[in-house]
Amino acid sequence: MIAGDEALLLARIQFAFTISFHFIFPAFSIGLASYLAVLEGLWLKTGKPLYLDLFKYWLKVFAIAFAMGVVSGIVMSYQFGTNWSVFSDKAGPVIGPLMAYEVLTAFFLEAGFLGVMLFGMNKVGKKLHFAATLMVALGTAVSAFWILSVNSWMQTPVGYEIGANGQFLPGPSWWAIVFNPSFPYRLVHTVIAAYLTTALVVGGVGAWHLLKDKGNAHARKMFSMAMWMAALVAPVQIFAGDLHGINTLEHQPAKVMAMEGHFDSHPDGAPLYLFGIPDQANQRLDYAIGIPRLSSLILKHDLDAPLAGLDTVPREDQPPVAIVFWSFRIMVGIGLAMLGLGLWSLVARMRGRLYDWPWLHRAALVMAPSGFVAVIAGWITTEVGRQPFTVYGLLRTADSVSPLAVPAVAASLIAFVVVYFAVFGVGVWYILRIMSSPPHAGERGVKRTERGPIRSAGITPGPTQNPTAREGGETLIDGDGVAERDGPTGDER
Amino acid sequence: MSVNVDLTTVWAFVIAFAVMMYVVMDGFDLGIGILFPAFAPGEERDQAMNAIAPVWDGNETWLVLGGGGLMAAFPLAYAIILPATYPLIVAMLLGLVFRGVAFEFRWRDPGHRAMWDFAFTAGSVIAAMAQGMILGALLQGIEVAGRAYSGGWLDWLTPYSVLTGIGVVAGYALLGATFLAIKVGGKAEDHAYRLARITAFATLALMAAVSLATPFLVGQYWQRWFTMPSFLFASQVPLLVVIIAFFLLRGIARRRTYAPFVLSLALFLLGMIGLGVSMWPHVIPQSVTIWDAAAPERSQVFMLVGVAIIMPMILAYTGWAYWVFRGKVDDAGYH
Repeated sequence: MIAGDEALLLARIQFAFTISFHFIFPAFSIGLASYLAVLEGLWLKTGKPLYLDLFKYWLKVFAIAFAMGVVSGIVMSYQFGTNWSVFSDKAGPVIGPLMAYEVLTAFFLEAGFLGVMLFGMNKVGKKLHFAATLMVALGTAVSAFWILSVNSWMQTPVGYEIGANGQFLPGPSWWAIVFNPSFPYRLVHTVIAAYLTTALVVGGVGAWHLLKDKGNAHARKMFSMAMWMAALVAPVQIFAGDLHGINTLEHQPAKVMAMEGHFDSHPDGAPLYLFGIPDQANQRLDYAIGIPRLSSLILKHDLDAPLAGLDTVPREDQPPVAIVFWSFRIMVGIGLAMLGLGLWSLVARMRGRLYDWPWLHRAALVMAPSGFVAVIAGWITTEVGRQPFTVYGLLRTADSVSPLAVPAVAASLIAFVVVYFAVFGVGVWYILRIMSSPPHAGERGVKRTERGPIRSAGITPGPTQNPTAREGGETLIDGDGVAERDGPTGDER
Repeated sequence: MSVNVDLTTVWAFVIAFAVMMYVVMDGFDLGIGILFPAFAPGEERDQAMNAIAPVWDGNETWLVLGGGGLMAAFPLAYAIILPATYPLIVAMLLGLVFRGVAFEFRWRDPGHRAMWDFAFTAGSVIAAMAQGMILGALLQGIEVAGRAYSGGWLDWLTPYSVLTGIGVVAGYALLGATFLAIKVGGKAEDHAYRLARITAFATLALMAAVSLATPFLVGQYWQRWFTMPSFLFASQVPLLVVIIAFFLLRGIARRRTYAPFVLSLALFLLGMIGLGVSMWPHVIPQSVTIWDAAAPERSQVFMLVGVAIIMPMILAYTGWAYWVFRGKVDDAGYH
């Protein structure tokens, strides 16, 4: 192994950076794809143009978010090999096939139907177009299924054998590998998180436009739908998170000890620390403020249940406690705030003030990006909590890294940081710009044609000669909001 | 062992199929990006972009299958080749980032459209060049010790890898030009045929140069191409290239609609077969064979079931998506 500590550290920073950036987009597009499917389904069922308008409005956002998710995702599929080649060689026979299934069953499905979803409504008709939207939504969910199975196997590896060459080899049952012990919990917790994240963005955008015009019917509809999600799903998420935590306690106790800040074992009832400064060097939690026995109640459902602490885990096998401790608190804090927002919206709904309570709207606006913070904090908790291993308990992170020279990894890290902030920063800016314009009747979707040349060409045939005429007749997803603003002279012409 | 041998061979062909599909699908896609500056801003560029906007994402998925499939079926090869070509892989990925977002961003921000058009081209050129250089780096050999890459981080940079890089850029440009000839109309179509002619000559010249240089890299290549009995088979490949080159140039001159694109793909297929002739059965020349690198039988079988069932479905709905957007783009205005 050529890699020294610096190369290892750089590789870890690079992976953390690129995966955190990447996950923002699927966390959004998993939920948004489903929301789009619901909107289009409601439009087909009720025939109300309002749903179609909302569909087209959010489709513009989806197109950009999805593109950024795709390009940052391709990076991930290669980074296992570029930076974690020993891990790839050793774990490839087990997790490689799961990732191959993700490509086959999810990526192709999303990508294959995305073009029709974005540009094809006039070409294939409403029903087939709805089918395409459903396929894209299904693809995002199937993708989550496989990649979370992979991640869960790294957290709770089962069903493997160790080969003579040191590789992890699949045992007789793929079912055992795919449905490893932490997978069902992680899948539910992550997919709900994606839905909540999207709901809060939709709710925040609705709130923003309600603050400016509380009579905007489109903003009312999206705000109401989002607040139903927050009110109904946030409690479910907290319940699912609790089950996930109990599962983690069973399979990765050191992670839970770090989350809880339990350096010491508590033979009769462990406290729930609300605050504290973890001091890992001295193995203690400074300035701790805790509620006695509550941790035992939450994790064991028994006030007096004993809980082991990090004093039972060798120092070299402990995760970095401070990061896990704090990221966990950020996630839980935001989760509780989401619950609060949802309950507030229920009160507002009962009082008939859902669209007429500026402080509720301001709160929803502030909460709009909170889902992203929560999912990233949650992933930091579970990933850092798995340290110092890549395959928990079996393969150390330090033994997983590629034999790369420090300058190579340093240069690539700088390149990723610069490019991601520049490119995705601009993309997020474009998304915010779309969101800042109010949703309105006659939304135009994402189809882009420069109208200038077609008009000026002077050879546009009449509708009778041209069965695919898009100028006349029903314009479903056609035209481009940007082109409108360009004016007839357009740009560059 | 005999079953395993067969499965490994099957998987070598599955990966080769994924790579070939990637070249078929994304080659023209990147090629349009490479040629983008040659098209006039406005109508010509918008047509070129619209020709691929609905399908680029699906096209790039084949690259993910190639990478993911390699990791799953030949994890050792994945674990050696990627660190060995690290800067090239990173450059390719960042190139793909720029060109991928440009599809959306250029429409969102007319004020900076020229900038995103440049990003589209630069990203496409970098990605194509990097892919070609990875190919060259692989062919010229990679230092291996045990189960890991043992060379330096710039070993891949040689005149030969630069040559293969330029060759792939030219080849993708040819695919892009001949694809655009099918998809666009008016002035852009004339332009596409002119570019097809230029890029065809460039591609053929570079193919010849790479073919002449390759046998001198490694003794095994020389034996494959220039000693009996493999010479009898191997010599068919350049022979076919000459025949296809003739029909390709004639098809471009006569402005055939589909023939130039199909024949350009045939050139790539022959290049791929030539690659197979040189390397078989190694996945990393001289050191790692496909059997050394193969995943265990259980992994191979599990995935092969998926490929056998799902691949036909993928091909079917991908074909459908192309069918939906068939014909010239924006034909409302141009016929």
